[in-house]
Amino acid sequence: MAFDSLAERLQEAFKKLRGKGKLTENDIKEAMREVRLALLEADVNFKVVKNFVKKVSEKATGSEVLESLTPGQQVVKIVNEELTALMGGSEAKLSFDSSITAFMLVGLQGAGKTTMAGKLALHLRKRNRKPLLVAADIYRPAAIKQLQIVGKQIDIPVFAMGDKVSPVDIAKASMEYARKEGCDVVIVDTAGRLHIDEELMNELKSIKSSIRPMETLLVVDAMTGQDAVNVSESFNNSLDLTGVILTKLDGDTRGGAALSIREVTGKPIKFSGVGEKMSDLEVFHPERMASRILGMGDVLSLIEQA
Amino acid sequence: MANFFEKLKSGLSKTRDNITGKMNEVLGLAMTIDEDLFEELEEVLITSDVGYETSMILIEKLRQKIRLQKITEVDKVSGALKEVISEFMEDEEKKFKVEKPTIILVIGVNGVGKTTSIGKLSHKYKKEGKKVIMAAADTFRAAAIDQLEVWAKRAEVDIVRHQEGSDPAAVVFDALQAFKARNGDVLLVDTAGRLHNKKNLMNELEKIRRVIDREYGDANIYSLLVLDGTSGQNAVIQAKEFQKVAQLDGIVLTKLDGTAKGGVVLSIKESLKIPVVYIGVGEGIDDLQDFDAKAFAEALI
Ligand SMILES: Nc1nc2c(ncn2[C@@H]2O[C@H](COP(=O)(O)OP(=O)(O)OP(=O)(O)O)[C@@H](O)[C@H]2O)c(=O)[nH]1
Ligand SMILES: Nc1nc2c(ncn2[C@@H]2O[C@H](COP(=O)(O)OP(=O)(O)OP(=O)(O)O)[C@@H](O)[C@H]2O)c(=O)[nH]1
Ligand SMILES: [Mg+2]
Ligand SMILES: [Mg+2]
Repeated sequence: MAFDSLAERLQEAFKKLRGKGKLTENDIKEAMREVRLALLEADVNFKVVKNFVKKVSEKATGSEVLESLTPGQQVVKIVNEELTALMGGSEAKLSFDSSITAFMLVGLQGAGKTTMAGKLALHLRKRNRKPLLVAADIYRPAAIKQLQIVGKQIDIPVFAMGDKVSPVDIAKASMEYARKEGCDVVIVDTAGRLHIDEELMNELKSIKSSIRPMETLLVVDAMTGQDAVNVSESFNNSLDLTGVILTKLDGDTRGGAALSIREVTGKPIKFSGVGEKMSDLEVFHPERMASRILGMGDVLSLIEQA
Repeated sequence: MANFFEKLKSGLSKTRDNITGKMNEVLGLAMTIDEDLFEELEEVLITSDVGYETSMILIEKLRQKIRLQKITEVDKVSGALKEVISEFMEDEEKKFKVEKPTIILVIGVNGVGKTTSIGKLSHKYKKEGKKVIMAAADTFRAAAIDQLEVWAKRAEVDIVRHQEGSDPAAVVFDALQAFKARNGDVLLVDTAGRLHNKKNLMNELEKIRRVIDREYGDANIYSLLVLDGTSGQNAVIQAKEFQKVAQLDGIVLTKLDGTAKGGVVLSIKESLKIPVVYIGVGEGIDDLQDFDAKAFAEALI
């Protein structure tokens, strides 16, 4: 299957480089073809791949690399470093308000927003905050019930007003409720929607302007393909996101969409979801993601053996 | 399936118009049929999630077609590529037939649209005059049973359910008995979303399938894999793993009302020969259509 052979192919390409004393531009070109393929198979966006390969090629054909004693390793190092840099370099933290902090989770249908709302609440409570979950999805069948069950599992209060009140009014009222109940973080779960659905995108804008969240987080399924770019660009243009959360990373997807989203929106990826349980949340690590996208874990260990 | 087109067109906002039409752009700029053009067409396919290898195969087929049909004008290339794609996706013998009694096991990774598709399918079969029963065998996800129940009400069909947390195979067993006793035409089984690399969850699915085979082996038993149209290349592995435990008969490709093209089904067709049977084009009860290879090819590029 594509993915198995991918790491192998990369290893082959780098092995070829390693075997050589000095590299020619042609050697680099050939290796870059494999890198390009690896990124495409990992679902990194086509345009992002193009730019990336161009940039790495330029660096790799610089004199330090071509004249170094271990050119193969140098190229691998450049690829890995550049990917990590593209992924944002280091961990990005959440921002908090001096009074009540609002967070808003947005994204396509089924991305994992409701589950993530619960995970975030649990994560924050462990850090001595008092979160309130807000059920602002009035459209999906049993969405409110789902959040209520999630809240119950982790013993976090859930604010709901049924499905006859507008999400904007629910969000507004939740801030008042949080004040009364002594909660200091409000996490608003919104309905999944398409980025091209103007009406529903406007609804998000209204929620945002009425509660002024410190974080507007786009929740993205790590298995998303090339369309991740269009989606994240649209959400970012409408809502000026503060960050991204990747879900379903417990699968065996390479998650190249992550790279594209970061590149296109310029917004950091803050967390990843790694399972269906409420504790399955991790702070996002750019360097690990970079390795994962290329299957670098295998490649790097192979290089080190040499 | 002019219908699907209408739906896509009517759903087209300016955003979508900007994103699509890539093909027209490529062909509009091209002067001759040359390597540059083939390379750009390959890009168009890759950006629709067709995947590198399958894109190469399709472009090779396109070259052949152009040679055989002696095509020389650039503006005929688009039509030729669409033909290549629709021929590639067409199914010679339609194996998926919903005749009494039919049991459909609906499976897939998390959040792809299994429960919603069951809601839509129930409505469709019911409208065709069939007696439909749903089995709520996702006993794991929060409010999954309630969600299916809402769909059962909307479609006005029966549902067999247990408590949250109970054994899904037991739900299926009960549903099969009810299906026989009530002389139903179609039984639709909703299952929990599961990633294909989770061994225990895949074993659970295998067990469900076994119960169906054992309890009602005479029925037409189908496993439908639901795939999110926005999926990338990982969907190919998903299909392979689900194939192993549940013998896939078809794919339901959902969320095609967005800007995603679902091109990954071409790669799946290439490696596993599994046909797409239905497509999902929205969240409403009527937003499900039979797959049509021609319309799909039109929408893909
Ligand atoms: N394996 C895995 N499953 C996840 C993860 N996050 C969410 N899910 C599952 O994905 C499915 C969809 O999750 P939801 O939280 O309902 O997604 P949503 O974005 O709220 O969906 P809508 O409200 O319908 O738009 C459920 O089956 C979740 O259990 C994750 O990190 N890993
Ligand atoms: N736009 C669009 N949304 C869809 C379509 N099909 C399903 N959805 C939405 O996708 C989300 C997930 O759908 P579900 O039916 O709950 O998916 P599932 O596979 O049953 O999810 P789990 O049981 O959690 O694994 C919901 O918000 C649905 O309304 C579709 O064709 N188009
Ligand atoms: Mg939700
Ligand atoms: Mg479901």
